[in-house]
Amino acid sequence: MRFMIIVKATRESEQGVMPGKELIAAMADYHEQLAKAGALLDASGLQPSANGWRVRYDGNKRRVVDGPFAETKELIAGYTIIQTRTREEALEWSRRFPSPAIDGGACEIEVRQIFELDDFGDSAAAARFRDLGVLART
Amino acid sequence: MTTPDVQRAIDAVWRIESAKVVAGVARLVRDVGLAEELAHDALVSALEHWPADGVPDNPGAWLMTAAKRRALDWLRQAALHARKQQELGADADARGDHLVPDIADAVADAQGDVIGDDLLRLIFTACHPVLSAEARIALTLKLLGGLSTEEIARAFLVPEPTLAQRIVRAKRTLGEARVPFEVPAADALPERLASVLEVVYAIFNEGYTATRGDDWMRPALMQDALRLGRMLSELARDNSEVHGLLALMELHASRAAARTDAQGRPVLLTQQDRTRWDRLLIRRGLAALERAAALAAAARQPLGPYALQAAIAACHARAASAADTDWPGIVALYDALAQAMPSPVVQLNRAVAVGMAFGPEAALEIVDALQDVAALREYQWLPSVRADLLAKLGRHDEARAELMRAAELARNARERELLLERARGAAPGAMPPGGPAPGPPRAR
Repeated sequence: MRFMIIVKATRESEQGVMPGKELIAAMADYHEQLAKAGALLDASGLQPSANGWRVRYDGNKRRVVDGPFAETKELIAGYTIIQTRTREEALEWSRRFPSPAIDGGACEIEVRQIFELDDFGDSAAAARFRDLGVLART
Repeated sequence: MTTPDVQRAIDAVWRIESAKVVAGVARLVRDVGLAEELAHDALVSALEHWPADGVPDNPGAWLMTAAKRRALDWLRQAALHARKQQELGADADARGDHLVPDIADAVADAQGDVIGDDLLRLIFTACHPVLSAEARIALTLKLLGGLSTEEIARAFLVPEPTLAQRIVRAKRTLGEARVPFEVPAADALPERLASVLEVVYAIFNEGYTATRGDDWMRPALMQDALRLGRMLSELARDNSEVHGLLALMELHASRAAARTDAQGRPVLLTQQDRTRWDRLLIRRGLAALERAAALAAAARQPLGPYALQAAIAACHARAASAADTDWPGIVALYDALAQAMPSPVVQLNRAVAVGMAFGPEAALEIVDALQDVAALREYQWLPSVRADLLAKLGRHDEARAELMRAAELARNARERELLLERARGAAPGAMPPGGPAPGPPRAR
């Protein structure tokens, strides 16, 4: 199973404030632990929304809107993708994620399971596994 | 947290931490079976205390400390027996060990890479050549893969008691052979590492060849092998073939979703829907291959067999479509692979590439020469490849006869059906599905 750990933005990350040495070390240690456990698939930081843009859709119309964007708490600052055998393992790894808050204040991460190509198709057996929530990726 | 939640959390913590705990204890008690027991005692203690006290902030450290405390108790008890005291003393003197390590070592272990060293020792021990291939696989999945006996049994289609006995006997064999808990010395390292890589690749192939309808534990073996391979690439960063094997597995796994159609029939590599190839795994595979190549170059060594096979897989991965495939490049890689890993199966795969790069006549010459090789006499892909080449040369009756022959040699109903379909002219064929997996390379 694959999960994406989404690091939400903070005021500091949006202002482009670089994390201090301790936070960088804590993040590096954590990702090293993930790698050593064979669970790390990918990880990246995202530049502040001031460097980004949105495309807004309304029927057939599209409009490009430049950042920065206001709703800091809903913005994404980075992601880490992990591979685990169970949902509980992903939960445990996410519990260990270092707090991304540069000032040590309040912030959050969100974890979502990644959809995977269903190569087991539409067989009745696959449907039963899907219902149990245990369909594994080959 | 409710008690079922705590149970599940403990289970997850165990999967993540058990290998490290077993490895750390094994360094103290020098016996993998005993180490697993003591580690398991720590787990039992967690199951008793955590529901009431809550899951600790650092559950891994809690388990490690609890297990090592039990290990030290065991060592002190053992030291009280006069006979044991003499043995341990002699062994300890011979090894220059401290008899009773300081608990502070547990803290020091968290720094440095002591844990990494212990895990390496554990991998080499679980893959020791004194054990049979199936015992090594079972023990590696149990001690390093974090799988339960039941899960391993289901994955390998054996009854659980059989698998449990296999593991018990494996530990006993290691004890009786007095296999030391250590990373092999430099001169033994290539052979021993080859054994480890062989085990990981065998687990991968078991998962890779699992078919639709199998218990989902079987294809999940691919993920277990990838996990072991990724762990190994961190623990043994400077070894080219470790990265080569990882690259090969990531690249093969990248095609897993495209290898079979909705009915579960194999889809030939050249006909796979490449939008179903996993680009994340391709990227990881290519990165691992680059590391393997850089390490080989730095050591002024040629690419090893795993890296070469990965390089061939990479040629396919880089091609946006089948038509874009660099077949001459693949032929050159097979030339090198045939040197590193002389095998008639490699020669056959090379012939397929020669056919794609230089035309069917050149390939047919090679395949005809392989017909007398004993090892390929019962190998269904030989007549299958020959059939395809004959068809391309317009020799359709001979092609059909070869496909009927191949169907007779097929190992299961699905393969037979595919070959018979081709004989009836219903399905085109370029090469065996995904290429047959060559046997694991022998250490030189």
